[in-house]
Amino acid sequence: MRNTRILEANSVSKVFADSGDLQVLHEVSMHVEQGEFVSIVGKSGCGKSTLLYILSTMDTNYSGDIFLDGQLLKGRTPEELARIRNEKIGFVFQFHYLLNEFSVLENVMLPAIKLGKYPRHQIREMALEKLRMLDVMSEANKNPNQLSGGQKQRVAIARALINSPKIIIADEPTGNLDQVNSEIVFNIFTELSGVFKQSLLVVTHDKEFASRTDRIIEMVDGRVVSQV
Amino acid sequence: MKGGAVTGIAWALMMAKWRQTLVAGLGVMFGITMFVTMLGFMTGLNHLLDGLILNRTPHVRIYHELKATPLQPVQKVLQDQQHFIRSIRPLVSKNKIRNSEALTAYLKKHPNVAGVAPRVSSQVFYSLGTSNLGGTLQGVDVATESAKFHLADYVTEGDITNLINVPNSIIIGKGIADIMLLKIGDPLEIIMPDASSKRLKVVGFFQSGIKDIDKVLSYTDVSNLQSMMDVPSDHFTEIYVNLKDMKQAPVLAGEISKMFDVDAEDIQKANSQFETGTKVRTIISYSVGITLLIVAGFGIYNILNMLIYEKMDTIAILKAMGYSGSDVKRIFSIISVSIGIGGGIAGMLMGFILSNVIDQIPFNTASLPTVKTYPVSYNPGFYAIAFLFSFVTTFFAGYFPSRKASQMDPVSIIRGK
Ligand SMILES: Nc1ncnc2c1ncn2[C@@H]1O[C@H](COP(=O)(O)OP(=O)(O)OP(=O)(O)O)[C@@H](O)[C@H]1O
Ligand SMILES: [Mg+2]
Repeated sequence: MRNTRILEANSVSKVFADSGDLQVLHEVSMHVEQGEFVSIVGKSGCGKSTLLYILSTMDTNYSGDIFLDGQLLKGRTPEELARIRNEKIGFVFQFHYLLNEFSVLENVMLPAIKLGKYPRHQIREMALEKLRMLDVMSEANKNPNQLSGGQKQRVAIARALINSPKIIIADEPTGNLDQVNSEIVFNIFTELSGVFKQSLLVVTHDKEFASRTDRIIEMVDGRVVSQV
Repeated sequence: MKGGAVTGIAWALMMAKWRQTLVAGLGVMFGITMFVTMLGFMTGLNHLLDGLILNRTPHVRIYHELKATPLQPVQKVLQDQQHFIRSIRPLVSKNKIRNSEALTAYLKKHPNVAGVAPRVSSQVFYSLGTSNLGGTLQGVDVATESAKFHLADYVTEGDITNLINVPNSIIIGKGIADIMLLKIGDPLEIIMPDASSKRLKVVGFFQSGIKDIDKVLSYTDVSNLQSMMDVPSDHFTEIYVNLKDMKQAPVLAGEISKMFDVDAEDIQKANSQFETGTKVRTIISYSVGITLLIVAGFGIYNILNMLIYEKMDTIAILKAMGYSGSDVKRIFSIISVSIGIGGGIAGMLMGFILSNVIDQIPFNTASLPTVKTYPVSYNPGFYAIAFLFSFVTTFFAGYFPSRKASQMDPVSIIRGK
């Protein structure tokens, strides 16, 4: 059973000790199946982002167990977690967060260069391929700040995809985009899920967006109240 | 993007803020330039000041002082017994060094000895027409004196080798030449203490830097003077010894005076204040240089700190993409060390150029006739120290900012947006 679950959280709790022991997550248990497109919805401040940071290994200060690709994340060194993040997780933020010191193409290449699995020229080809898939190949040699918001988000998705991660985790990827661009991004996600069997976990405020995913996890005040 | 992942990123970050990078590099360059130049210049001056003493003073001077023997000869025979012979006075002509042949042979074989130059000297009168001038004539071993000692440096006109090439020749002090209106090539009559006289040809002038000496002293070839004094060829009044390691001079002086029953004076005793002065000047130059480098180091620290604050988002994203804390630390260490190496190399180059400029500035002083421009030392050691220091300071200046960057929590930065 577990080996088809790409991501699984068991009774994950999170307390912010520095804010007077504010408990933000209460025994959260959830999972994402291989190839599944899951969305998380909930009111602002209910702990969605907090959960995503924990699931993506960037926040290690929690209780409970998390399995990524069958591996327990507890007790690993920051180096090991960085490696796991690099290899198995693609993260997409609300703000595209491209690095302006590099060209669009180099931005997409960066995670693969860190992974070090392929020679540089091959990484280049792979990055161009991803950019083509997301219809931004013509922007490859531009600087990120010359791109529109929607284009930037597509480049960010290309970057998240470059290492063929086990799962893409996105925190309000359309939160900063207009209707048209949101639609484009959503279509990309459904295509990734449907055609490439890419597992996806996406936080969104957009009810319409959520309703088109395979499963919706609803959170209220740090608790999961429904998973349908 | 070339090179390894981390180097490529470091390079890109530096290029994105190339103005700041350049300023930081210039800071290091300035520090290193000043360090190398100051140290070179101050050491050059130090050598010059040292030379004022060192070049004139042999490391060990062996002589035989005229004095009453503390142990009267009769006491050597009649120890602890009554005797009536007292106050045996020294023989005036016996200021020659006893057993000089064995002594020079011993010195020449000594492993630490670099050069041995016996000298003979005599009181003379310089006589030209009606004017007579009292003075001292020294017979020197020209070949050794010009190779191992600095006599040739003080010959300002003419050539010291002419003392051997031209028979019966003399090099006179500039003062004597001025007083007696002598030109090179002129004959000069020398009157010896025994009233004999000889005509010598002036082949050069020297300037010792001390006017009173230049008014009395002249040099000729040692065998020439010996024959004028009518003494055998082992008659010497002084032996100059230069050592490979100057520090050993007191030891050798003690050894020689005991073994050969002569007087031997080491350079340290002759110029006791000299070493302290050198040491103090060296300490001053190094402290100034190192202060400059530390100031440059703080400049780098500041700029790296600023760079890291500006690049927080970049660091957070790199971490979210799977770059680890140590990758981030390496990125910033590479930046700081590159600034250090770049600035260091540029600084050494600029320092060399500046040294060259100083080296061209005219500097004339009566006491140093051979020095025409400001002295600068190009000791490669300074360049090595400067480079090492630029590397080390920038490494440490970059260390703490790099560590801070590596420990930065990406979540708090991403949330902060
Ligand atoms: N570093 C922190 N220290 C203390 N409290 C925090 C910290 N970070 C977040 N919180 C609190 O945790 C709760 C959950 O925050 P979180 O960002 O996960 O909410 P969210 O569901 O993502 O909201 P939104 O939809 O607005 O993004 C909030 O009440 C927030 O104030
Ligand atoms: Mg959020």
